[in-house]
Amino acid sequence: MTVQQSLRLSHADAQVIDAPVDFEQARATQARRPSEQKSRGLSLTIRGLRKSFGSNEVLRGVDLHIPAGQFVAIVGQSGCGKSTLLRLIAGLDAPTAGTISFGEETRPEDIRVMFQEPRLLPWASVLSNVEVGLGTDRTSADAKARAESALTEVGLAEKRDQWPSVLSGGQKQRVALARALVSHPRVLALDEPLGALDALTRISMQQLLGRVWHDQTFTSILVTHDVSEAVALADRVLVIEDGRIAHDINVDIARPRQRGSADLAALEGSILRNLLGPGADATGL
Amino acid sequence: MSIVEILPRVRSFRLPRIDGLTQWIVPLVILLVWQAACVTGYVPARVMPAPTDVALAGWKLLVSGELAQNIWVSFWRASVGFLIGGSIGFAFGLANGLSQLSSKLTDTTLQMVRNVPHLALIPLVILWFGIDESAKLFLVALGVFFPIYLNTLHGIRTVDPQLIEMGRIYGMRNSELFRRVIFPGALPSIFVGVRFALGIMWLTLIVAETIAASSGLGYMAMQAREFMQIDVVVLSILIYALLGKVADSASRGLERLTLSWHPAFQKH
Repeated sequence: MTVQQSLRLSHADAQVIDAPVDFEQARATQARRPSEQKSRGLSLTIRGLRKSFGSNEVLRGVDLHIPAGQFVAIVGQSGCGKSTLLRLIAGLDAPTAGTISFGEETRPEDIRVMFQEPRLLPWASVLSNVEVGLGTDRTSADAKARAESALTEVGLAEKRDQWPSVLSGGQKQRVALARALVSHPRVLALDEPLGALDALTRISMQQLLGRVWHDQTFTSILVTHDVSEAVALADRVLVIEDGRIAHDINVDIARPRQRGSADLAALEGSILRNLLGPGADATGL
Repeated sequence: MSIVEILPRVRSFRLPRIDGLTQWIVPLVILLVWQAACVTGYVPARVMPAPTDVALAGWKLLVSGELAQNIWVSFWRASVGFLIGGSIGFAFGLANGLSQLSSKLTDTTLQMVRNVPHLALIPLVILWFGIDESAKLFLVALGVFFPIYLNTLHGIRTVDPQLIEMGRIYGMRNSELFRRVIFPGALPSIFVGVRFALGIMWLTLIVAETIAASSGLGYMAMQAREFMQIDVVVLSILIYALLGKVADSASRGLERLTLSWHPAFQKH
């Protein structure tokens, strides 16, 4: 029996096991994406990554390997360096020391970023905004068709000729997602993309994100301050503290995941306890 | 009633849509009061002619062809001066908004020149150009330059840096970034500059024409003053008001056309 097979068994069991999930147990098994299909995503290896702004050292040596196609969530308190880590991965900033490698040559279109703000051009129609995501292919003959199919994927095909200002916050983020996906990236970096949305919109956006990640099989790195979002979506949760990876937790729960299930809640609780520190219970949080 | 209850009401309160007629009610009432005051003799004719007398003077000048000639001359001076000053102001605004070097080189100088009232240059301009066309064009261009320069510069500098970063991430080169992000982002501010400049354009032209000209609306008004034709003086002033309104409407129309994406210009 291969490791993979034994894992799938444990996945199936995960739904009935009611025992509290702690890190040691989670780490003992290796989570893998549930689908059999081969991933188009890129793997990512980070060695000795440091980043300082002046005398303020935000990242103090990060070592990390992300296999191709994995969904990784990065959580941590404000100012812990999680967004900085994402910006370095996305190539928006240069590291002070250390390396980030994707295993193979990448084109700019292979790595896409989604921010907390949709950052749509207010003077361009929804469709033109999605076309921006094609990068240097913007001028190609099939640009429009590709943008339209990306819009259809996020369920906003009928809004193609609207101005962004008439869309709701959730719709704007869906357009931003279509723009990020239209070039079929192999890595998608998400910097708290759902942070500004209301709770219900956020849940439907999480489902949308989970679905496109499953369909397109890119590597996904999500920075979030919402631990329940992290455990609902990710294969693996990294907790960052003081510029270092403090915990590396595999989320060994089968998909599709039931929101509010005991497994997710237990895992969320144990991650939160780690984030808030040992005093958290005493204060009644 | 708590503030929470009131707020939605305040939000839902909207001015009734201004249709073509509403905006003309106040000018019309003023005209009527004016006419009544003149007809009853409350205002003597040598202080203020009745609107009908002004209209009559306008008709006479229109028939003689003098009015059309003078309006055309003034309009030509205004638009050519505006185009010259506006293009130079726009060019400097772009250059200084996009390039640190250009900004360091020229901005301080321009800010110093800006603080000289351009109408104070009239004696110097007359010495340079006489009362030739170029004198008027120079003054109008100079007056128009600064509002366009300042607002173009401001517009470009205040384009959302997050959008610029987005454009760079999605592989836009400088020219495309300018075309797709920076210029459209600066456009609302540029239009503010255009509307300021239109006001200054008329002001400059009128002053220049009343002081040093041999044709144009300002000249017509000054000639009429010499012959105590108060109706023609008032007529010139009214035409200025109308021309100012036309210029403002034109820039608003252009604004509505190019800024249809802007929430402030969308139909409710």
